[in-house]
Amino acid sequence: MSTNLPATTKARTDVAIATGNDDFVTMTIADQLFGIPVLQVQDVLGNQKITRIPLAPPEVAGSLNLRGRIVTAIDVRLRLGLPARDRDKPVMSIVVDHRGELYSLMVDSVGEVLSLSSDKYERNPATMDPRWRDLSNGIYRLDETLLVVLEVSKLLNFANLEAA
Amino acid sequence: MDDLLSEFLTETNENLSVLDVELVRLEQNPNNPELLSNIFRLVHTIKGTCGFLGLPRLEHVAHAAENVLGKFRDGELAVSPGAVSSILESLDVIKGILAALEQTEAEPAGDDSALIARLNAIAEGKDVAAPGKAPAPPAVAAEPEPAPAPAVAEAKTPAPVVKAPPPPAVAEVAQTKELVVQEAAPEPPAPIAPPPPVHAAAPMGGDADLNKESAVAAQTIRVNVDLLENLMTMVSELVLTRNQLLQILRSQKESEFAAPLQRLNHVTSELQEGVMKTRMQPIGNAWAKLPRLIRDLSHELGKKIDLQMLGADTELDRQVLELIKDPLTHMVRNSADHGLETPVERLRAGKPETGRVTLNAYHEGGHIIIEISDDGRGLNIERIRQKAIQNGLATEAELAQMSDQQIAQYIMRPGFSTAQQVTSVSGRGVGMDVVKTNIEKIGGTIEMKSQTGRGSSFIIKIPLTLAIVSALIVECAAERFAIPQISVIELVRAASDSEHTIEHINGTPVLRLRNRLLPLVSLQKLLRLGDAQEQSETFIVVTQVGTYTFGIIVDRVFDTEEIVVKPVAPILRHIEMFSGNTILGDGSVIMILDPNGIASASGEMMVSETAQSRETAVAQTTNRDDRMALLLFRAGGEAPKAVPLSLVARLEDIDLATVEISNGQPVVQYRGKLMPLVPIDAGWELRREGRQPVLVFADGDRSMGLIVDEIVDIVEDRMSVELAHERPGLMGSAIIAGKATEVIDAGFFLTQAYKDWFGSAKIEGFDEERQNRVLLVDDSPFFRNLLTPLLSVAGYSVTTVESPEIALELREQGEMFDVIVSDIEMPGMSGFEFAQAVRRDPRWQDVPLVALSSHASQRDLDRGRQAGFTDYVAKFDRDALLSALSQTLVEAKGAAA
Repeated sequence: MSTNLPATTKARTDVAIATGNDDFVTMTIADQLFGIPVLQVQDVLGNQKITRIPLAPPEVAGSLNLRGRIVTAIDVRLRLGLPARDRDKPVMSIVVDHRGELYSLMVDSVGEVLSLSSDKYERNPATMDPRWRDLSNGIYRLDETLLVVLEVSKLLNFANLEAA
Repeated sequence: MDDLLSEFLTETNENLSVLDVELVRLEQNPNNPELLSNIFRLVHTIKGTCGFLGLPRLEHVAHAAENVLGKFRDGELAVSPGAVSSILESLDVIKGILAALEQTEAEPAGDDSALIARLNAIAEGKDVAAPGKAPAPPAVAAEPEPAPAPAVAEAKTPAPVVKAPPPPAVAEVAQTKELVVQEAAPEPPAPIAPPPPVHAAAPMGGDADLNKESAVAAQTIRVNVDLLENLMTMVSELVLTRNQLLQILRSQKESEFAAPLQRLNHVTSELQEGVMKTRMQPIGNAWAKLPRLIRDLSHELGKKIDLQMLGADTELDRQVLELIKDPLTHMVRNSADHGLETPVERLRAGKPETGRVTLNAYHEGGHIIIEISDDGRGLNIERIRQKAIQNGLATEAELAQMSDQQIAQYIMRPGFSTAQQVTSVSGRGVGMDVVKTNIEKIGGTIEMKSQTGRGSSFIIKIPLTLAIVSALIVECAAERFAIPQISVIELVRAASDSEHTIEHINGTPVLRLRNRLLPLVSLQKLLRLGDAQEQSETFIVVTQVGTYTFGIIVDRVFDTEEIVVKPVAPILRHIEMFSGNTILGDGSVIMILDPNGIASASGEMMVSETAQSRETAVAQTTNRDDRMALLLFRAGGEAPKAVPLSLVARLEDIDLATVEISNGQPVVQYRGKLMPLVPIDAGWELRREGRQPVLVFADGDRSMGLIVDEIVDIVEDRMSVELAHERPGLMGSAIIAGKATEVIDAGFFLTQAYKDWFGSAKIEGFDEERQNRVLLVDDSPFFRNLLTPLLSVAGYSVTTVESPEIALELREQGEMFDVIVSDIEMPGMSGFEFAQAVRRDPRWQDVPLVALSSHASQRDLDRGRQAGFTDYVAKFDRDALLSALSQTLVEAKGAAA
């Protein structure tokens, strides 16, 4: 437990104190740009063979083998309440470490790593979809578009979802 | 936690468990100077380290204990049970403080002055019988009787914290699935060092006694368990990768990788073996606490107990070891408390005064077998029976049908304690069920044997390691799953063209397997794997969980594979169907099914079903015994017909060309005689060619052939005639093998062949003047109908009644019978009660009584005899019934004459 506490606290303070620049891996889902702090990202994967897990929550797409470790795949689209992706569309995944377990976040595409300055950061607008607001840590104003920062720990917090 | 402190805790916990053992040995063996100095040194080390770390409370207690031990060592004091008790008690206090230390990193507040004062008093020789005698006389010291009462009694009070094992360690082990990366507190028994004193390299060093063993200490190092766990995981990965590589290699003919891969293969295997070994610990580590436990128990209970431990060096995975530690302790405690008698009782039973509890561990084919046996009184079956009834676990009727072994199984049920008094030791009602669950959790099994007066033994079978298991790979709805091999009993292929087909009861699939109905669970439905497609063939994995056997329906079965069980991600842990997941040799991820989870998922359905149909269940239990072998055939009309197989002598296939007509009746020459043929169907016309199946009924030298169209099957089924028929020759209709079946009245056709069939027996004649009168008591109309012709054929005059009450009315009316045949299981008055009633009254007192029951075990026999039955016959054994009747009558007449 204690091994990952520093990581999460650090991520949070990065956003909160926000002095200087933070690095994010960007990705798109349904034409919306999202970002995850680069330090939490382990891997970026292309299409993978995924084993279905019966009885699992619908957001859990299955599990896959990443160099001998079993990784649980989460369909971020479904997690965000978006419609499922077309079968023939390509999938990319970002592998993150959460409390010692690896999770693969399935997204439409993965972009570059951006270093974003804190003066472009803003809290979530109050009018945002509550489901998104729960999973997001804030917004960065980019030149052409907006980047929603996803918080991995909330994204993987299924217990809360069930309780709610 | 401070490194120094955690190091201290680990070491001290180890030392304490060694001390427990050594002190008990000392008590039995007070003159062993080496033992004494070893104990002294251990306590001294604890004390010294406490002082070094600034733990005054611990230091004071340890110091006081050390004082007493010092006096022992120097021969100034004799070793006495009282003194040893006090020292053990001080160790308990130390353990309590340590546990608190581990949680809070600070010494808990508390007052040990009473204990210290007592220890000091002992040190000054006040509390000891013979303080003056310098070299302890063995006779006095070895006396294992309880110490002077005050010492023991007081010992209970001032030590409120007696729980020894540090909680965090236990908690961590309990969550086996979470062993991945945790910066856990060091666990008490380090995996490498064997328990005897090896870790002499205490922070204080110096002492002359210590140097002797430091050479041994240098051979071992202390390694964090987490490190080993990680190593194990890595090796598992390596093994899997190697398997993948080998698989690739196999598909290539010539490869320059072949040689190096072969080498990699060997190295990996050895590495795996080596790492597995580091996880192995002798089972003796789990037993270390037991001698102390037994000693305390023997004092508390006033019993003399000898604990024998065999095979303590048998090694098993430390994870498994941790999990069986508590169940083992519990069972040993049970054996000593419930199993063994007091010395007085033992002497009375002609057994040695000292009871023995034996622990034996050994390897057997990939499993570890642990036997816990005692030579005590054995399980009290009668009390278990009473308790089972009391707790509503079973009815008396159900229990009456069970063997002692089956009844004994009830002690594994939750909330079952037969201890009449709850002692402080055991009998709190949390017991064997917990043990059983814990053992089953790690894929083990537990068996039990008990002999009244001779003792009982429990046999635990557990897998060597949890890390790698052999699993059967199956497929269902295009998904593959692994099922642990240990719970798989057999595989059955079910297809429309094979002998096994899946049948449905109200949509619930079942399978007939060797005369039993096996409940089936569809994996597809259970895991909601989409709609069922029509499968031409399916496979059934027959699985056993505890005593519950069921079949899992799958589409395909592949081979077995050695798999490394990995815990599933935390977000999936709530799914009970899976015990983990793994990566197969081909690199794909596969879920491991948990038979326990599946059983409880399907079992829950069963529970609700039972609740709904309890009434029917009760009805069934009474009728369940009416199962009998029936011959199914067709003759005239679509509906299958049935006749009890016991009535049929032979099945013949007659060439119709040989049939002759005599006296207007078809006959056939059969075994040198003429056998009349009787058609069931009145409209049957004799053909002149072809063959015809015939059921032959025979009696004495007469036989009769019943012409049928086709012989269908022989089934064993419960038969209750539900619709009575007006038509002659038919007894009624019943559901047999799921179909409405007409049950024929054999007696009717017999009289068709020979008008005097039933009279014929006179010729064989038991008694030419009069027929012997038989009173038949049976609640089932079917049996009355069945047995009446049977007995009539044999020459008896039969009176039937449907209940014992009516039979007794006949007695009141002054009826007399030569013999009474009675069923046992009847509503209202049972056969046993009936027999007692018959024997109580002078009128029928001498009438022989024959019991008819579907159970004819020795126990039933005995019970029947006690109730007053003369003989006891299995229900469907017609020959046995007839011979029993004639035998009984001959004897009765002989007695009368």
